[in-house]
Amino acid sequence: MGSRSSHAAVIPDGDSIRRETGFSQASLLRLHHRFRALDRNKKGYLSRMDLQQIGALAVNPLGDRIIESFFPDGQRVDFPGFVRVLAHFRPVEDEDTETQDPKKPEPLNSRRNKLHYAFQLYDLDRDGKISRHEMLQVLRLMVGVQVTEEQLENIADRTVQEADEDGDGAVSFVEFTKSLEKMDVEQKMSIRILK
Amino acid sequence: MFLLLPFDSLIVNLLGISLTVLFTLLLVFIIVPAIFGVSFGIRKLYMKSLLKIFAWATLRMERGAKEKNHQLYKPYTNGIIAKDPTSLEEEIKEIRRSGSSKALDNTPEFELSDIFYFCRKGMETIMDDEVTKRFSAEELESWNLLSRTNYNFQYISLRLTVLWGLGVLIRYCFLLPLRFKEFMSKHVHLMCYRICVRALTAIITYHDRENRPRNGGICVANHTSPIDVIILASDGYYAMVGQVHGGLMGVIQRAMVKACPHVWFERSEVKDRHLVAKRLTEHVQDKSKLPILIFPEGTCINNTSVMMFKKGSFEIGATVYPVAIKYDPQFGDAFWNSSKYGMVTYLLRMMTSWAIVCSVWYLPPMTREADEDAVQFANRVKSAIARQGGLVDLLWDGGLKREKVKDTFKEEQQKLYSKMIVGNHKDRSRS
Repeated sequence: MGSRSSHAAVIPDGDSIRRETGFSQASLLRLHHRFRALDRNKKGYLSRMDLQQIGALAVNPLGDRIIESFFPDGQRVDFPGFVRVLAHFRPVEDEDTETQDPKKPEPLNSRRNKLHYAFQLYDLDRDGKISRHEMLQVLRLMVGVQVTEEQLENIADRTVQEADEDGDGAVSFVEFTKSLEKMDVEQKMSIRILK
Repeated sequence: MFLLLPFDSLIVNLLGISLTVLFTLLLVFIIVPAIFGVSFGIRKLYMKSLLKIFAWATLRMERGAKEKNHQLYKPYTNGIIAKDPTSLEEEIKEIRRSGSSKALDNTPEFELSDIFYFCRKGMETIMDDEVTKRFSAEELESWNLLSRTNYNFQYISLRLTVLWGLGVLIRYCFLLPLRFKEFMSKHVHLMCYRICVRALTAIITYHDRENRPRNGGICVANHTSPIDVIILASDGYYAMVGQVHGGLMGVIQRAMVKACPHVWFERSEVKDRHLVAKRLTEHVQDKSKLPILIFPEGTCINNTSVMMFKKGSFEIGATVYPVAIKYDPQFGDAFWNSSKYGMVTYLLRMMTSWAIVCSVWYLPPMTREADEDAVQFANRVKSAIARQGGLVDLLWDGGLKREKVKDTFKEEQQKLYSKMIVGNHKDRSRS
């Protein structure tokens, strides 16, 4: 009879997703609702187009890079994949740091994983290094046409030089982490879901 | 077999009598007052009792869910994430300050950490953005016994099921046929509209009726559903402007044109803005003609916000009478998502809702001032309507539902950011 005959509690693999991402049941429900709102044609997965339709994302200078991060392989992202990316932005709670079971994999919202997410946004070809050329391209995305090529090159050169320690002309993940060691990453890369 | 017959005829008789009584009652209570514009307080009572039933139903559902220890999905109208309203500059400066080990006088132009800001903002919009929310039907915090608005439909106890079943029965068997019959007949405009209003069990509260649009003006209102037309037209005479629709709407439109001078356009003509403007101006300048009713948004929004008004109607230079329409979503969702439902499906949904409750505010007339252009005037009117109706004033174009956003907004962000990193460059000496 209704147009929404969905059943909220039945998220496929709900338990394993919860364990993997650390989201609460309530948060997962909200995200599932959001996933379905974005999936306009009810395909069961999201395509790049679905995310591009979000107006506020389209005006974000790094919108395309963010969208790209949801599609590590292929053209579709299903709900577990969607939540896995969002899990990086889960705020760090005390319970996460207490139960440090060495056998369990690192939680997705650890400091290291948050930094790795940001690193990926810079690393266009996913080779594990940010080259000067990649830095230039991402900078160009952020400033548009407002800055000249020369100015931008100077900035890119300076940034890579400062962070590069082994002198290979590129910034590896370790060097990236080191240059941001004083940054309160946990707070700046966290989004709190309301209860 | 002999025993059955008398019973049968008894039942049939009873049914017949009760039906006749019912119809007569309804006739007396609905049609006659509609003609004379008189109202009995019955509908108000109906509304009050409905509210009580909904509240009880929601409570029952929550209790049931707690017993079974299931999670209830509670829709959240203010957004699902916590957001701080800081600007680009402030946030990036803060990020730099918290991570920078450099001395403060050596202000850096660009930091690797700047990306965090855009990253987080982007992720926030993926989790929750204003516009996608506007275009899905407004979520209700209590269940109104229409299974379409309820996400937790499976958690109902037996009593609730019975009540819901009864509700369905009433709605589909009694209210629907009656409304359908009434909806199809049209004689005189005002009377017809009034009957429709009663038929949909619409309870409309008009505010500030002294500001009602006069001849030679343009009436501008926010648009949620085709019912807006019925609601406004039942309280005054208007000339309609709109596209010629096919199907059921087309038939109705043609009937209306015979009674009153309206201005209808073909779809192709609509694209020609000059033609539209010319015809509207002609109509407006003739003082004897009725005020034109226009919905400048161009598409149906789900009645929680007022999207950007297209400026065409504001260029004409006539007096604009803004009207704000707000529906109470508890009694039936009036939103029409034209990319999802067709007209007939929508009408069916409308007629099988409990009631349509809405408020109409007539705002004082506005004219375009000498120093503002059409766009600014349109925005002013839009803000006035949004403020009155308690709707959220949004910058986004209603056309967002079908198209992507223009690049100008992105450029603004880029400009802001560039100023941050290049503005400082001039102070530094080249290395």
